[in-house]
Amino acid sequence: MDMFDEMQGPRGQVREPFSTFDAWLGKEDPARLRAKQREAEDLFRLTGITFNVYGRSEAEERLIPFDIIPRIISAREWQRLERGIEQRVRAINAFLHDIYHRQEVLRAGRVPQEMISGNEAFLPQMIGVTPPGGVYTHITGIDLVRTGPDDFFVLEDNARTPSGVSYMLENRETMLRMFPELFSQTRVRPVSDYPRNLRRSLAASAPPACEGVPTVAVLTPGIYNSAYYEHAFLADKMGVELVEGHDLRVVDGRVAMRTTRGYQPIDVLYRRVDDDFLDPLNFNPDSALGVPGIMDVYRAGGITIANAPGTGISDDKAIYSYMPEIVEFYTGERPILQNVPTWRCNEKDSLEHVLANLSELVVKEVHGSGGYGMLIGPAASRKELREFERKLRARPGNYIAQPTLSLSTVPIFTNKGLAPRHVDLRPFVLMSPEGINVTPGGLTRVAMKKGSLVVNSSQGGGTKDTWVLED
Amino acid sequence: MRLAINHTTRYTYSAPVPYGVQQIRLYPKPTRGQTVVDWAITVEGATKQVEFDDHHRNHVILFGFDAGVTELVIRSRGVVEMADTAGIVGPHEGLTPLWLFQRATDHTRAGKGCREIVRAVEGDNDLARLHDLSARVHGAITYETGKSEVVWTAEDAVAAGHGVCQDHAHVFIACARTMGLPARYVSGYLRMDGQDEQSATHAWAEAHVEGLGWVGFDVSNAISPDTRYVRVATGLDYTEAAPVIGHRYGPAEENMAVSLRVTQQQ
Amino acid sequence: MLGKTAGGLFWMARLLERAENTARMIETGQRIALTRAGSGADDWLSVLQAAAMSQGYLDKHDEMLPEQAIDWMLRDPDNPTSVMATIALARNNARLVRTALTHEAWEAVNSFWMLLKEALARKVPTRDLPRILSLIRERNALVRGSILGTMLRNEIYDFIRIGTFIERADNTARILDVKYYVLLPSAAAVGSRLDNVQWDTILRSVSGEGGYRLAIGPDVTPMGIAQFLILDKRMPRSLNFCCAKLRDNLNYLATDYDMRLPCHQQADTLCRRFMSHDIDAIFDYGLHEYVQEVLGHLASLSTQIEIDYRFYG
Repeated sequence: MDMFDEMQGPRGQVREPFSTFDAWLGKEDPARLRAKQREAEDLFRLTGITFNVYGRSEAEERLIPFDIIPRIISAREWQRLERGIEQRVRAINAFLHDIYHRQEVLRAGRVPQEMISGNEAFLPQMIGVTPPGGVYTHITGIDLVRTGPDDFFVLEDNARTPSGVSYMLENRETMLRMFPELFSQTRVRPVSDYPRNLRRSLAASAPPACEGVPTVAVLTPGIYNSAYYEHAFLADKMGVELVEGHDLRVVDGRVAMRTTRGYQPIDVLYRRVDDDFLDPLNFNPDSALGVPGIMDVYRAGGITIANAPGTGISDDKAIYSYMPEIVEFYTGERPILQNVPTWRCNEKDSLEHVLANLSELVVKEVHGSGGYGMLIGPAASRKELREFERKLRARPGNYIAQPTLSLSTVPIFTNKGLAPRHVDLRPFVLMSPEGINVTPGGLTRVAMKKGSLVVNSSQGGGTKDTWVLED
Repeated sequence: MRLAINHTTRYTYSAPVPYGVQQIRLYPKPTRGQTVVDWAITVEGATKQVEFDDHHRNHVILFGFDAGVTELVIRSRGVVEMADTAGIVGPHEGLTPLWLFQRATDHTRAGKGCREIVRAVEGDNDLARLHDLSARVHGAITYETGKSEVVWTAEDAVAAGHGVCQDHAHVFIACARTMGLPARYVSGYLRMDGQDEQSATHAWAEAHVEGLGWVGFDVSNAISPDTRYVRVATGLDYTEAAPVIGHRYGPAEENMAVSLRVTQQQ
Repeated sequence: MLGKTAGGLFWMARLLERAENTARMIETGQRIALTRAGSGADDWLSVLQAAAMSQGYLDKHDEMLPEQAIDWMLRDPDNPTSVMATIALARNNARLVRTALTHEAWEAVNSFWMLLKEALARKVPTRDLPRILSLIRERNALVRGSILGTMLRNEIYDFIRIGTFIERADNTARILDVKYYVLLPSAAAVGSRLDNVQWDTILRSVSGEGGYRLAIGPDVTPMGIAQFLILDKRMPRSLNFCCAKLRDNLNYLATDYDMRLPCHQQADTLCRRFMSHDIDAIFDYGLHEYVQEVLGHLASLSTQIEIDYRFYG
């Protein structure tokens, strides 16, 4: 398989976006860089940028490895990506509005009805509800992979509660602290205004009941959540309160937070709690993380919940395979960003194809996330393949399959020098009634193990700073 | 015919309740053959927070407990004008797609018991089959109060062989959906013949029949609803149509007493 | 500010103060052990009592062994109030209120926890004890300094200070409660070596031996110690000093919020009723009874603050 390395071109020459960086790197002493790499890790540990790994002891906090070699994207490459991302997010929001209202896309037969009717992610309580400004996904993360100079594919849309933006910001902060000279040689588009933009974007989505300057708050499941650091980080940078379910209750028809001076209403709640746990009165009654009655207040226009409940129907892996149709249906344009070809195992022909080629494919659970419960055919043992075959036959509708893409690589810095590793990219997109804002860059996740294609932090992946160059 | 309704639900708690919410669906639905002449809801011990129409077009009101109450009283009273429609509610309306009413819920997931009932169902058309189904559910589950639990599923009721109107409705719904027909739960009031005092609110089911629209089936009384039936709320099952659902903090035990009068005015 | 955040700040400060006090008590215990013959079992018991850790220790161990007592106070996983557990809890509270702290204050708490976790991963050999104890004091000083140097003087700061002083007052009162009998005139066999050691213990456990000489004079007497620990306005660990600071910081909140609450009344009462007498009157009243009442008032004030500022609901 031909591997595309974003720094070293096919004939060993350094690709253009990396040229200035490469010249700088050539003059650097590897020992100094090694020291810098260690310094970066100490910095992260001290700041407390850790995440808790699911399924392990509550208190265990781990550091996500950070690599000091940036991933660099040219202005021209980014322009096309940005347009594609914006188009996709617009389509996702139009789709969500439609699917919770007249369902024209089903009537037109562009998406089969059973993709929605049999889908747990479809939230009936959202039927007929129009969030302020028609914005459903205030924050979206679009996972992209690359296989060649101009070949970007969308791997996954994250329209529920995408995480990782704190790493994007801290990675840049760390690079700026450690290599200030680099940034004077190269003009890199800043990402540091993300929290300000986020706050503005959320405030612009305030509900009808809001009077005066909107009060924004971040809802976290608590300090043991794997992304707690990020929740605290974003609340801190936005200058808003970080609340938990038990800080909130319904007071005077609004959702209000318990302050030292009494209850104060919240206009926009950036929640990092899943739908099911959001409201024990209306959803999972055992949830201790939510606010009983928040959905009632939401439906009555007393609060904006970001992202809106029920957005999971748009980033479901089964719906994903229809995204090209969805983009065309709502925008009337050809999709700028391609999907990875996807076989839906609930279709008989596809299932047969998948079973016959299992060792070459990646099989994912329709509702899974974080790289759990997936099969990477080329890396799987015979036993694993047999096991997955059984699972596929038992519940074909639960799976989709994709070809193993030859993901692009970017070098990481190792003790033995530079070594190519596979990467993906998650740009973050803000949407409000005022418009769409794509932060230049995003989070580059990198598989730290040689040859590995799994970039998830929960499975040992690391991160890199992502540079989008100025024009 | 005019029905005057006076419905009081009194909750008492073994200890002061620090906080909680009650979500109530107690406003009769505008329905073919049913006109609300006058209706008022008052609550003691809690304060109204918000109201809205949900995706089943039920009028929902959310109340918040007043701090430290030990008693909460919900009163609804009013007058409803009723006309006979032979149990036919009419075409499906609203944004909620019909296919949603074919979705199984936790309370209405058909298992062995329901499927067995469905296998025996006979009839030349959907309507006939639904009437037959209603009779079979009536036969399979004896109406008995005080021996079932509000959390019972359709299968629980079939297994027990007895239940209340809620269980009859759930089993009917689970079976109708298994037969490929959209079905829903209805909570409301029933004036039992010749008596003003009613022991409780009532529940029945509706199924959607091509050409007719929604048709009501009161399994417990083995008939289709007539002018004595006031529709209040509908949903996929009890949890979506219940007159009151709540969420409370604190360790207090709850006790509930209902008084309900449905009188005929003309 | 969220009620929860106020609670988190208050407890972060209390727990940091508590860890430091525990370390200081270990130091005192160690000092006594080094300066006199015998097993020192009684002394360690009273050190554990003053730290409110004796019950747990006796539930687990049959005998009083100095090394075991030190390990219990520092890091025994069965002791939920060990220095390690206290700092871990303080750090959890800091995480909870992360958005209310400056970067520097948070990093100071976080690095304290990280260093201590490493330092207390294994049982501490006696020769390393001084280093560990000074690490605890120094790191606490760093936290205090970073709060002092970088935090705005607002409600956030007030709640931190309130937590600090309520814990400190509580600590000083507990030391007096455990050792009050050696200060009683009836027990004062003047000049006996035993009492000198006891008095020394008391002063050391509040790091007050130097301050005493400056404030009271060269002669260590029971009355002098009681005066110094209870009523002295300059001694930062005296009950009077701590209560005055408590009242001041609560008053800042009252002014800031334009809201006087029951806790303000209680703080005033605490200062007026207990800090305005002279030391003779306190002895006349009964030192033990006096200290017990102060402890009771501190506990009820703490609860009242929790209620008034809605820490929990």
